[in-house]
Amino acid sequence: MKVLVPVKRVIDYNVKVRVKADGSGVDLANVKMSMNPFDEIAVEEAIRLKEKGVADEVVAVSIGVKQSQETLRTALAMGADRAILVIAADDVHQDIEPLAVAKILKAVIDEEAPGLVIAGKQAIDNDMNATGQMLSALLGWSQATFASEVNVDGDSAVVTREVDGGLQTIKVKMPAIITADLRLNEPRYASLPNIMKAKKKPLDEKTAADYGVDVSPRLSVVKTTEPAERAAGIKVGSVDELVAKLKAEVL
Amino acid sequence: MAVLLLAEVMGDDLSVDSTAKALTAAAQLGDVTVLVAGGNAAAAAAEAAKLTGASAVIAVSDASLANGLAEPLAALVVSMAGDFEHIVAPSTATGKNVMPRVAALLDVMVISDVMTIVDGDTFERPIYAGNAIQTVKSADAKKVMTIRTAGFDAAGEGGSAAVSDGAAADNPGLSEWVEDKVEESDRPDLTSAKIVVSGGRGVGSEENFAIIEKLADKLGAAVGASRAAVDSGYAPNDWQVGQTGKVVAPELYIAVGISGAIQHLAGMKDSKIIVAINKDEEAPIFQVADYGLVADLFDAVPELEGKLG
Ligand SMILES: Cc1cc2nc3c(=O)[nH]c(=O)nc-3n(C[C@H](O)[C@H](O)[C@H](O)COP(=O)(O)OP(=O)(O)OC[C@H]3O[C@@H](n4cnc5c(N)ncnc54)[C@H](O)[C@@H]3O)c2cc1C
Ligand SMILES: Cc1cc2nc3c(=O)[nH]c(=O)nc-3n(C[C@H](O)[C@H](O)[C@H](O)COP(=O)(O)OP(=O)(O)OC[C@H]3O[C@@H](n4cnc5c(N)ncnc54)[C@H](O)[C@@H]3O)c2cc1C
Repeated sequence: MKVLVPVKRVIDYNVKVRVKADGSGVDLANVKMSMNPFDEIAVEEAIRLKEKGVADEVVAVSIGVKQSQETLRTALAMGADRAILVIAADDVHQDIEPLAVAKILKAVIDEEAPGLVIAGKQAIDNDMNATGQMLSALLGWSQATFASEVNVDGDSAVVTREVDGGLQTIKVKMPAIITADLRLNEPRYASLPNIMKAKKKPLDEKTAADYGVDVSPRLSVVKTTEPAERAAGIKVGSVDELVAKLKAEVL
Repeated sequence: MAVLLLAEVMGDDLSVDSTAKALTAAAQLGDVTVLVAGGNAAAAAAEAAKLTGASAVIAVSDASLANGLAEPLAALVVSMAGDFEHIVAPSTATGKNVMPRVAALLDVMVISDVMTIVDGDTFERPIYAGNAIQTVKSADAKKVMTIRTAGFDAAGEGGSAAVSDGAAADNPGLSEWVEDKVEESDRPDLTSAKIVVSGGRGVGSEENFAIIEKLADKLGAAVGASRAAVDSGYAPNDWQVGQTGKVVAPELYIAVGISGAIQHLAGMKDSKIIVAINKDEEAPIFQVADYGLVADLFDAVPELEGKLG
């Protein structure tokens, strides 16, 4: 079985985000970019399926600017076998909507015919939490979002999902779209030899036009602003002082 | 203009708080029809009919809808979409699971986690873990969106909308429910509680988490946790507060042994009053805390618990 993993290049989760003064968006010039953390978890899960003999090939796909190559090399260094980059934007500030991403992924999947797709549950830049679900709808496949455990068994997979009240387990027909939540696994670090090896693994470059997908956005960004700041608070010196404050204000 | 609101249903019960908050948002867009879907939706539909601002309620009962599975639920919403310009759900695990699927089936973009409705096409939503607020304008004919419930007050009860029955759409039969593992608890629900007490890695162990729970119970509060506490097994996953967990905005949020990473702040910084207890006076949590106490939590929390109430 082939497993396909969509990986997104995003601002590193440790970077302090700065909103541009003119309200046009978030400043992404010269900031550290990394693989979306949920996608690292997705790649890890795919590699583990291969190590278990459930999968025989792991293909990483990224859609975005040319620099997303680096993100794909990270996936290859972790253990993916090959990668596909679909160039759909030439400015890092231009993000592609989940609907367009899902349409491009569908076109890639029509060609690649994987038995399973593992995506991240959410990209930490736009926090849409949408792409996997949209892709699943477009393909007419089953969907298992927010996965914390995945067991593939022949033509179905049993997936435990993180939901509001706790955990839900469902059984989905393959082929399926699974989206990875935080507790699915702990992704490995790529070793230096594997980083070297990854440079030689195949990385195909395509464009959105190759797949005939229109990426023009449905949402336009009117403005981007800083959230309201909280007024600075105070330090209290003792539990007694804290209790007095709380009793005066809320309790 | 007509709005379809997908009610949040747990088992056969209406989740009143999240549905009522999403209803407040939906009512700003137009006339709201509430869709209540479940294995047996009658009782939940009757509850929904009481919410102020609901114009009509459609109850759909079918075995395929009993467990919130995405495919049959999305198929149902799409089958009803024709008459509505806005299709809305609270940003719960179910809403997030289903609405993007609905949007893609309708060939429109989903707008996730709407915190403010500017007008019928224009919405504010948080991006980058709430470090920026984006105003987006939709060019789609139908707007499919999830509502960040922490940003809206719950609609009251006092309505009496008419309830009609609807039919389930064809179940594509792609997935089946196996089991739910849901902790029954007497504590208030995390996302609607007036007070939340959260513990982080500093609490140190699952056993030690009892001191957090004891303080919470004294205050009638819900219990939350940081990701580190959940990952370490001190607390269950559904307690996680943050960018990728639950978003809460209680009257009082007490963060204990939590450093204050941006991903955690994303889930609680709209709380009315924030209290932080941390032994490291440099911890970033103090930058958002109204009242900070630099202390060892193992001394301060039991003392606080003893002196309250
Ligand atoms: C600076 C900026 C400018 C913007 N400009 C516009 C604009 O002009 N018009 C507009 O309509 N919207 C714009 N947006 C909004 C943006 O298009 C969407 O909000 C965004 O795409 C939301 O998706 P997400 O990345 O959060 O995806 P999610 O659905 O949260 O991602 C989930 C998973 O899908 C997969 N995935 C997602 N994207 C990719 C990818 N590119 N390649 C491979 N896998 C992927 C990954 O596995 C990921 O974990 C802009 C946003 C920003 C920050
Ligand atoms: C993609 C992604 C998503 C994430 N989503 C979330 C999320 O939704 N929610 C979330 O919370 N995090 C999330 N995180 C993790 C986040 O970045 C932090 O790692 C996490 O919040 C840290 O948890 P913590 O504050 O409990 O632990 P730490 O940062 O280790 O802090 C522990 C604190 O306890 C204090 N302490 C220790 N002992 C004592 C004592 N005896 N008395 C008093 N204080 C003590 C220490 O001084 C320290 O400040 C996410 C990370 C990523 C990459």
